[in-house]
Amino acid sequence: MMMHFKNAKLYDIIETSIMRQADWRWAWLAVILFFGTALVPVFGAEAVQPSNGHVIPKETDGPVGPKTPQDHSKFKQLQGPFTSPEQVTQACLSCHTQAAKQVMSTIHWTWKAWNPHTQQMVGKNEVYNTFCVSPISNEQFCTVCHVGYGSTDPNKFIPFDQRAEDHVDCLVCHDQSKTYRKIPFIGGNPAMAKIAVRPGCNEVYGTDKPYVEPEDLAAIAQHVGAPTRYTCGICHFYGGGGDGVKHGDLDSSLNNPPHSLDVHMDAKGLNFPCQKCHESSDHHISGEHYAIDAAPKPAAYMRGYAHNGNAATCQSCHGQAPHKAGNQQSSLVASTLNMHTRDIACETCHIPQYSRGGLPTKTNWNYATAGKLAPNGSPLVIMDKHGWNTYWGVKGSFAWAENVVPEYRWFNGTERWLHVGDKTHPDARGVVEVNSIEGSPTDGQSKIWPFKISRNNQPYDPVRATLLVFHSFGFDKDSYTMSYDWQRSITAGMKAAKLPYSGQYQFVKTQMYWPIAHMVAPKSQALSCTQCHADNGRLQNIDGVYIPGRARDHQTWIERIGLLMVALAFAGVLIHGLIRIGLWLYRR
Amino acid sequence: MAELRIYLFKRFERFWHWSQAALIITMLYTGFAIHGYLGGFEFKTLLLIHEYAAWLLITLWTFAIFWHFTTGEWKQYIPTFQKIALVARHYAWGMFRGEPHPFHQTPKRKHNPLQRLAYLWLMLMINPLIWVSGLLLLFFSYDWILLSSLGLYLNEVAWVHTAAAYMMLLFFIAHVYLSTTGHTPLAYIRAMVTGWETSEDEPQDKSPSSAGV
Repeated sequence: MMMHFKNAKLYDIIETSIMRQADWRWAWLAVILFFGTALVPVFGAEAVQPSNGHVIPKETDGPVGPKTPQDHSKFKQLQGPFTSPEQVTQACLSCHTQAAKQVMSTIHWTWKAWNPHTQQMVGKNEVYNTFCVSPISNEQFCTVCHVGYGSTDPNKFIPFDQRAEDHVDCLVCHDQSKTYRKIPFIGGNPAMAKIAVRPGCNEVYGTDKPYVEPEDLAAIAQHVGAPTRYTCGICHFYGGGGDGVKHGDLDSSLNNPPHSLDVHMDAKGLNFPCQKCHESSDHHISGEHYAIDAAPKPAAYMRGYAHNGNAATCQSCHGQAPHKAGNQQSSLVASTLNMHTRDIACETCHIPQYSRGGLPTKTNWNYATAGKLAPNGSPLVIMDKHGWNTYWGVKGSFAWAENVVPEYRWFNGTERWLHVGDKTHPDARGVVEVNSIEGSPTDGQSKIWPFKISRNNQPYDPVRATLLVFHSFGFDKDSYTMSYDWQRSITAGMKAAKLPYSGQYQFVKTQMYWPIAHMVAPKSQALSCTQCHADNGRLQNIDGVYIPGRARDHQTWIERIGLLMVALAFAGVLIHGLIRIGLWLYRR
Repeated sequence: MAELRIYLFKRFERFWHWSQAALIITMLYTGFAIHGYLGGFEFKTLLLIHEYAAWLLITLWTFAIFWHFTTGEWKQYIPTFQKIALVARHYAWGMFRGEPHPFHQTPKRKHNPLQRLAYLWLMLMINPLIWVSGLLLLFFSYDWILLSSLGLYLNEVAWVHTAAAYMMLLFFIAHVYLSTTGHTPLAYIRAMVTGWETSEDEPQDKSPSSAGV
């Protein structure tokens, strides 16, 4: 209640200052027209800083969240012992009666979302990606990141809609002990006994040992609280098969980031947990890749307003005119920057590079080269000079990068996904876009956004013109990681997906857009003018804009004729002057 | 050799001329630097100077227009073709031979027919183009969708601004050179500073040396 009140007050102040900013040009016009030279004082003008405008409520408790009036370790229901994770969920539900119903209605459980703009069903099982391609036929591995418990039999996947409420995994999000681990191939269950695992896969198992210990579920259940960057990150930082692989702007460096990596998550500063921006209620988390608000409208999504929709945008807190005049910039600079916000997403200037936390992201993957074995018969592994894994026999070859400059596109928030089984042909570049982004400079809905574009070269059915689903992970002979046989794994994958397969496969280049929204840098590191206002600047390939300083925007004939006339004028003046002087000297 | 002294340029006119000159030089430099052709300053600085100078120039022009209409000085720019061939011949020929200027300035007729045309071109062509395109760019660069329904394209308006800037540069070069073509190289410039034009009493002076210092 207290927090809410503080928030409301804060955003009222911000709102007032936004309105002030919005009216600047009319105010100026009035000044110019009626007072003429009264313009001059604008040079030194300083916007009035709201005296308490920067009071941002701070967690008192670190990333754990506000102190709660209950201590879960004292609850009788949580004393254990628990012999299955479902028993923990039952204990949770004995107080939090609606929690499982809520979770089961969210995308974290269903892996499904409806995209009203494209009238498409989207979600992990509905679309392709350019990493492991599809969870279909690989669910017992992939459900390591599902908020539920399935069968512990590696070969038996229970569909989510056939699971009872006590199969919701509360602990993966609410564990505060940082010890809870879901183990691959057992349907998203934690280890209940000592399990042998591949040594050296710390990212997956949380240990370098060749086994994992059974979880002490009672100890974890007694230490639950609001989700933290760690709990969200245990899945979202490792998407695509490892730390930082998928997103580029999300990796484990955000567990404890310095100010230079992310000003909001800065562990020694604001220390925001994920849900500070991804505001959630009833277990619904705002802000997701399938529902992006690319150009939030003023006030509509401000925190503290009744109609707050998708609150996970920069504008939710900062508004549409966030640049303030002050010691660092004059009011003219601030208002010029505020005009940029109409066409340019905040992220474009304020996330100058992604993967800045010392971890690389996977930019390119090539399945076509997979299958090579080392002399000892295990899959070949090649590391480059950075220690980055550039080849792995079970997956193919990879390219990695850190401190990556994003690619920029007009984007209105709508992504059109290639649905599993959709017919598709490579475009003029020979590329299949797994998701295509919509946007244009003229639709009034788009802004220039930064993207990571991840690329792959993945199996494709040239006869049926579909991207292929294949069975990568499993302990059976059909899985690619066991048999290195594309034909078998594709046949098994397509069968599981209930899709026709011609029996022929080839590899086709694919790409996938990932909007960049995390790793917001300090303002001193935001893009400077000439990073775009120059030839071959960051926005070199953006159409529909006129960027002073970008030669491709010049009109060739105006430049040619203009320069020629100027040159002729110089020459004419020079010749005229020389004749004058010469004849004057002659006359003397 | 009698010398004629005429008070040709009033105080406001001289203030207008020189402050306008300074602002236009500033805007030409910063403009072509923003355009990508010149360096020396940070982009942000260039842009700020260009915008502040634009506002000052607009203010100045507002006063100048007011001044021209209230004083009737606008009539100085009414084009005339009287003696125009004679004046053109002077610049192309007579000046080299040290002939005196065929046009005689008076406070009512300060400008020779070619000057009238040049200044009219400046005021009715270059200035409005730069004003209008510049203001559109200043206010609507980021809201261009509002103007696209009027059939205005951002890049075309920017091109008009550029073309007008080239014309302004052309005017500037010619104007600066022609300011040295008085009966002494500094005569016109001195007149623009002091307001007093001095000229030789033409009918009595046939000496070819009059063009020199």
